[in-house]
Amino acid sequence: MELSTSILLTIALAPLVGCVLAGFLGRFLGRAGSHSATILGVAISCGLSFYVLYQLTTGAATNYNHNLYTWFEIGKFSASVGFLIDRLTAMMMVVVTFVSLLVHIYTIGYMKDDPGYQRFFSYISLFTFSMLMLVMSNNFMQLFFGWEAVGLVSYLLIGFWYKKPTAIYANLKAFVVNRVGDFGFLLGIAAVLFFLNTLDYATAFHNADTLIGKTLHITSTVQWDAATVIGILLFIGAMGKSAQVPLHVWLPDSMEGPTPISALIHAATMVTAGIFMVARMSPIFELSEGALSFVMVIGATGALFTGLIGIVQNDIKRVVAYSTLSQLGYMTVALGASAYAGAVFHLMTHAFFKALLFLGAGSVIIAMHHEQDMRYMGGLRKYMPITWITMWIGSLALCGVPFFAGFYSKDAIIEAVGESHRWGAGYAYFCVLAGAFVTATYTFRQMYLTFHGKERFKVVEQHGHGHHDEHHDDEHHEPGVLHHAPKESPWVVTLPLILLAIPSLLIGYFAIQPMLYGDWFGGSIQVHEINNVLGKLGEEFHGSLAMALHGFGQPPFWLVAAAFAITTYIYLFNPSVADKIKSALKPLWTMLDRKYWIDDVYYAVFAKGGVMLGRALWKGGDAAVIDGALVDGSANLVQRIASGVRRLQSGYLYHYAFAMILGLILLLGGYWLVGQ
Amino acid sequence: MFNHFLLSLLIWLPVVGAIPVLLAGSARPNLARWTALLMAVLTFAVSLVLLMQFNADSPLKQFTEDYQWISALNVHYGLAVDGISVALILLTSFVGILVIIGAWDVIQDKPHQYMAAMLVLEGLMIGVFCATDALLFYAFFEAMLIPMFILIGVWGGPRRVYATLKFFIYTFLGSIFMLIGLIYLYNKAGGSFDLNTLAGLRLSMKEQSWLFFAFLFAFAVKVPMVPVHTWLPDAHVEAPTGGSVVLAAVMLKIGGYGFLRFSLPIVPDASEAYAWLVIGLSLLAVVYIGYIALVQEDMKKLVAYSSVAHMGFVTLGIFIAFMLVRSDNNLDAAKLGMQGAMVQMISHGFISGAMFSCIGVLYDRLHSRQIKDYGGVINVMPWFGFFYLFFAMANSGLPGTSGFVGEFMVILASFSANPWIALFAAFTLIIGAAYTLWMVKRVMWGEITNPHVAEMKDINGREAFVLIAFAAAVLVLGVWPQPLIHLMDASVTQLVQQLGNHKI
Repeated sequence: MELSTSILLTIALAPLVGCVLAGFLGRFLGRAGSHSATILGVAISCGLSFYVLYQLTTGAATNYNHNLYTWFEIGKFSASVGFLIDRLTAMMMVVVTFVSLLVHIYTIGYMKDDPGYQRFFSYISLFTFSMLMLVMSNNFMQLFFGWEAVGLVSYLLIGFWYKKPTAIYANLKAFVVNRVGDFGFLLGIAAVLFFLNTLDYATAFHNADTLIGKTLHITSTVQWDAATVIGILLFIGAMGKSAQVPLHVWLPDSMEGPTPISALIHAATMVTAGIFMVARMSPIFELSEGALSFVMVIGATGALFTGLIGIVQNDIKRVVAYSTLSQLGYMTVALGASAYAGAVFHLMTHAFFKALLFLGAGSVIIAMHHEQDMRYMGGLRKYMPITWITMWIGSLALCGVPFFAGFYSKDAIIEAVGESHRWGAGYAYFCVLAGAFVTATYTFRQMYLTFHGKERFKVVEQHGHGHHDEHHDDEHHEPGVLHHAPKESPWVVTLPLILLAIPSLLIGYFAIQPMLYGDWFGGSIQVHEINNVLGKLGEEFHGSLAMALHGFGQPPFWLVAAAFAITTYIYLFNPSVADKIKSALKPLWTMLDRKYWIDDVYYAVFAKGGVMLGRALWKGGDAAVIDGALVDGSANLVQRIASGVRRLQSGYLYHYAFAMILGLILLLGGYWLVGQ
Repeated sequence: MFNHFLLSLLIWLPVVGAIPVLLAGSARPNLARWTALLMAVLTFAVSLVLLMQFNADSPLKQFTEDYQWISALNVHYGLAVDGISVALILLTSFVGILVIIGAWDVIQDKPHQYMAAMLVLEGLMIGVFCATDALLFYAFFEAMLIPMFILIGVWGGPRRVYATLKFFIYTFLGSIFMLIGLIYLYNKAGGSFDLNTLAGLRLSMKEQSWLFFAFLFAFAVKVPMVPVHTWLPDAHVEAPTGGSVVLAAVMLKIGGYGFLRFSLPIVPDASEAYAWLVIGLSLLAVVYIGYIALVQEDMKKLVAYSSVAHMGFVTLGIFIAFMLVRSDNNLDAAKLGMQGAMVQMISHGFISGAMFSCIGVLYDRLHSRQIKDYGGVINVMPWFGFFYLFFAMANSGLPGTSGFVGEFMVILASFSANPWIALFAAFTLIIGAAYTLWMVKRVMWGEITNPHVAEMKDINGREAFVLIAFAAAVLVLGVWPQPLIHLMDASVTQLVQQLGNHKI
């Protein structure tokens, strides 16, 4: 039996209905009405997604691949809107709708005083719809639609507080940088159409082998391998959306948006769209060693070097943001090593624990009255125990401590890269291994600064100030001074934390065997036997328990333990060491604090340079040459000639008489000459 | 029943309808407005009848009318339409209603004359899309300059005299060359201006080249292509909102339409030989104009430049077809490019019309088009902000809006011809987003800095109607372009097949 079309349509459209209701009728429905409508929509989606996953996993239903309607049909080319639902898609649907549902609930608490309440719910439901269209697509056109639609919502949400100059700078930057990726992505889609004559996944993958031996003429003498060109171009799209170096610059700035969307969009789901896309395209990527090496090296660079920046951040959200960049790097490395299932597995575990960490950070931010600087926190654990414990679960998962979800997915990636013999694998192995230490360092630092040690904030009770500094853009807010003591967040906030902590703890233990070493993904992911690093790891796999126990004796764990020891010493026992290290390694610290100067270079070259180029072309090309010299110039010329010629029309009779006589002489003289 | 004069009805209904509007006089402005609206709605209704009666499965010209017009010269009043014409006529009559509503109480000075000029303009533009006789085409092509000249010259901004003259002389100069070309063809054809006859003529490469450049000059000015585009920003800046809307939405399309009706069928070999030139200029429009649009300080100029960039996709899509048909014999990819160009024409009609309407809404409130005078508009005009952002996104080619469809198809097709062409064309993704959204950032977002902005009122029902109508068109076409593509498919297929015919 096949999955039912109406169920799938309901999954996709229910959030859209919620979005429209909250967006256009928000004033009418009120706050409660708007959040109820959107939560109901997403809850329906989520419930049905679980049902679809259940059906596919138990074999009660088979994969679904049908077009709903024809978008265009021109000759042999066509594009449709349709769904391809297999286990890979179903897993993504569950992750997206589940995290989205929790974020919807969380938002009730987080945004409760915000005037844009209904608008916010409308946006996150629109996001859920867009993301579902992306993952459920059965063709490249719809993929691109979802791809750009999530980009739009990301733009709207980063700039949600549209009065804040940093927010509206960040959202423009995010959109344009993403467009750089989409530029490559669109060309990749064009290349797929050119070589495979179709935009339909199933047909393209079925015929993928015909790419072998085909080349693209770059110049009359240079030819590039077709699969490599397609792979790299598509991956450029992933570099934008999944914030890979060097297109990663937008993601840290995206933290200007409200925290719930940092969790949903900029950690758990949207930024993993690139990972999902490459895994989905595995039949094409498998054909090109070159493209996969490219993917691996880019991912590895991001995994290590963006993580390093996380160590010097003081904003609690920015630490998590750089952590996200680094973890996306891990997923990308896995893709490059042909461990697609490993990448998707890490995508899933990361979605849970990173959403947890972001929402936990948000809970801290609520308690701190929208103070995000960790230098003014400390000792919060006694005020907010649920947030504290759940965030520790998320942190340990992120560090890859055995038994936690992140351990299984991250360790599998490190091992898989170790098995890979692809060009760049040695570098990648170094990066992901060193990255384990870096990850643990910034994570423990963050936890200690936030929850442990001395309180670095003052509580100054203030009265007669009914509605005060809860607001984000409150200018006259003194850092480190709170008007009442921090307290645990309401249940709408803590419930999502608890519900995310459970999979962060357990999902790896239970899911690793089927997802990585079993045949759970079936034909969704295709790996050539020679590249099958996960297959090799699978031979040594003796159950989740054995893997975890074995993990305690492995280098990644030692690195985490070392980081734990160092950060514990520094931040719990001797905080002055941190400053000493900072001044001892000043140049290094400056480099990390300036984010390797990449943003500065981009701003100078692309933003300022673009404007300068534009001015030069405008004033030099359009205004000076075309209008000045040619258009107005020719008009002036005509005028000058005309005013010269006009003098002939003097109106004096003797001028005319003279001209007539002269003409007569010339005429007669001419005749006479001709006659001769 | 009245199929044999449906096209004439479409052309002359608004033109003749302008008379009672004029007669209403400035003493009875409301009568003039309502009469004008009635005429525009009737014209749109007739164009819907045309759509319903039209057989999209046939590539043949339909609703043919043919009468001797100037018998001494064998000039005919010949009208007929194919799918491409029908689509453009629908666009014209749709926009025709919206400009009347848009100008409703904005134009207080001689509203009856303004409305009448709009109606006449609408009829003449429909005439351009129907004419099958080259001289009739030329007559409509030139005649429509007059109402536009009046619209800018009477209701325009402070530099309207410079702008109107520039606009008029630019276009007129271009079309003079076309007239010379047509006269040459007329003699060659033994005294006929019938487009079908002209398309059947055998012409040497030298003749074709001369004719190609004559046509190119005429239509390149109209599109407009780089480097003959500089009249457009000036004309837009000085034109009243309605003038800008019609100019951008419909008039520019006549350039693209001209390439289809003249350059392609009459001089295919020269068109092939010089396709590189047109393609190069189209890419220049995307990149060079994109950068210029980035630094504009006047919103209307920005959108005007963005129009030039987007129209680059029209010429690119049309001429990429030559490379695909003649070098690669890739007919389907050629059709993809050609269809992309056509969809882009219609889509740009909606989006640019909407963008200019939006700027008109702002201008009516603050009497400024300077970006720096705004900022934080969303705080006081949230509904307007929604539409402004929606159309800005459409202008940046967001999928799900019509702005994406044509560009997507043209980029796909050009990759098949040459990946480098696609690379430059796809640059619009980046630069288009940059200039449009940077404008949105400076106009919409942020704190209100100008106290006059704080006093601005959100859109009223009339303005909302116009913007909703445009938004619906942009959305429907973006989500489901197939009906439009089907309407034009047979005609485009035939056109692409003809490209393969050598005439030397």
